[in-house]
Amino acid sequence: MTPTPNWLRRRGAKPQPADDKLWEICPSCGERIYIKDLDAQQRVCPKCGHHFRLPALDRIALLADGDFDEIGENLVTGDPLQWSDRVPYREKTQGDRTKSGLLEAIVAGFCTVEQIPIGLGVMDFNFRGGTMGGVVGEKVTLLVEECARRRVPCVIVTSSGGARMEEGMIGLMQLAKTSGAVERFGALGLPLVTILTDPTTGGVSASFGFQGDVVIAESGAAIGFAGRRVIDQTIRQKLPEGFQTAEFLLEHGQVDMVVRRSDMKAALASVLRFLIAKGYGAVDVARPKSA
Amino acid sequence: MNVIVELEKPLLELEAKIEGLKKLNETQRVDFSAEIRALNEKAVSLEAEIFGNLTPWQRVHLARHPRRPLAMDYISKLDGFVELHGDRSYRDDPALVAGYAYLRGVPVFVLGQQKGRDTKENLYRSFGMAHPEGYRKAARIMRLAEKFGKPLLTFVDTPGAYPGIGAEERGQAEAIATNIKLMAGLRTPIVVNIVGEGGSGGALGIGVGDHIAMLQHAIYSVASPEAAASILWRDSTKAEEAAMRLRLTSEDLFEFGIVDEVVPEPMGGAHRDPAKVVDAVLAADARALDKLMSLKPEQLLDRRYEKYRKIGAHEEMVLDRAAR
Repeated sequence: MTPTPNWLRRRGAKPQPADDKLWEICPSCGERIYIKDLDAQQRVCPKCGHHFRLPALDRIALLADGDFDEIGENLVTGDPLQWSDRVPYREKTQGDRTKSGLLEAIVAGFCTVEQIPIGLGVMDFNFRGGTMGGVVGEKVTLLVEECARRRVPCVIVTSSGGARMEEGMIGLMQLAKTSGAVERFGALGLPLVTILTDPTTGGVSASFGFQGDVVIAESGAAIGFAGRRVIDQTIRQKLPEGFQTAEFLLEHGQVDMVVRRSDMKAALASVLRFLIAKGYGAVDVARPKSA
Repeated sequence: MNVIVELEKPLLELEAKIEGLKKLNETQRVDFSAEIRALNEKAVSLEAEIFGNLTPWQRVHLARHPRRPLAMDYISKLDGFVELHGDRSYRDDPALVAGYAYLRGVPVFVLGQQKGRDTKENLYRSFGMAHPEGYRKAARIMRLAEKFGKPLLTFVDTPGAYPGIGAEERGQAEAIATNIKLMAGLRTPIVVNIVGEGGSGGALGIGVGDHIAMLQHAIYSVASPEAAASILWRDSTKAEEAAMRLRLTSEDLFEFGIVDEVVPEPMGGAHRDPAKVVDAVLAADARALDKLMSLKPEQLLDRRYEKYRKIGAHEEMVLDRAAR
């Protein structure tokens, strides 16, 4: 593995699994894989190529050249509904923090990808299923607004079950809030590239997820609007094979490309490099010195 | 079964009895006016007893009441409504009605999610659950509204966007995402009316605007109470508790600043006096439009941006980086 980048070292160690698990079973082929080996392979099954979910910090390490300058890192939820179901919301988010090592379901900041300066937001499924409440909405909005100020492309890697139930309508309104920022950003001629990873559904796919100028899906990711269970209950018929996978979406014209994790950085850099290259119109965008 | 329909049965019976007596009073020699007065008083107190203090769960059922005014009941009261059909790439979606009309002389483009009154109509209208082609038809109308400088008026009443194989294949998420972004930047006033059920992203797909009016007994929720219960409690029978916790009533949403105006309903709900409610909603829309149309596009867009920009729920945690 590459040495720990400075930004990650500053941020502190990543959380260790509580149960001292040594291996994981691949849900696709049943192969038993040592976690160290899995991590060394960017969490892709060495036998069948199944992509395990990737924590946000690992994803950033995978995409960023070096440093990552985080924004909104201290934002935490205010529990607007004083929510409690089986467990109070505040207790749940406490558990999510331990589990994910993060304060919320997205990490946002600035870095370069193959020397191209970008704003990068990465969602983490380990925090409340990557759901979008007030904090995720605020951080996405801050990121997009700051990208506009810096005249750099914005890249968002999604992994989310949608709007966060525990924040009720405040959660749903984040779709409108983030979309407002994306709309203004797009009007400047700056690119938003979204990378949809496993899983991306509900309010996140129905807002910035599919608002990308170019939408990349990671191999094997489950992507859609409604969850499988909801569809099952509504139509009560057998769902087609591979329904709502990245490959299914590609076939149905819903995403631009399906990319394996090992190729993701190169694919992203290629798209960005092309979109910001000097062409016919003059878009004011920060370009790498070498370009 | 709708709990309000059950709850209001004794009241409807009493009212039928009053009507019967009134007829007798007109045709017979006996004077029933004392009885009628007494029964009327009883009806008023019974109405207050039944509807005076509804729980959120009962409010959910009131919003889904089978006789509640539907989107077309409002739209047909606009002047000269003409329906416009189709998304130009797949088909016309009857769950989402589009067209143009005049509101007190002001030309407006109109969108509404239309439920059915009976099973046959509901099958035709997909219970008010639009497919991607419905949202794309709406997007067409939004662009027309901007291009021709006409305000946009929308009526939200949907359990949610349609969840199904075709809807997913044709990009339900993308269709809604596109509309939300489109409305965020649309250079013409948008007035949104939440008239029945505001179901999640499916509602927001025609629900971003400058003025959000909500009927007193409409609901607007991140997910239906049933869905929230099955997600959070893994038990759909907890829907009643979910309804209470989700804060989906007009009072809640006004307090959160998500809704700009609550349009009052008669005691017992809109279905008790539909004509009056339709008038009240259209009057509120006319007032809102009057104000919005005096703003310049840049003012309008800044105002809209700020309106959503400030909806949040975050706190800054003071922490030591090294300690994390």
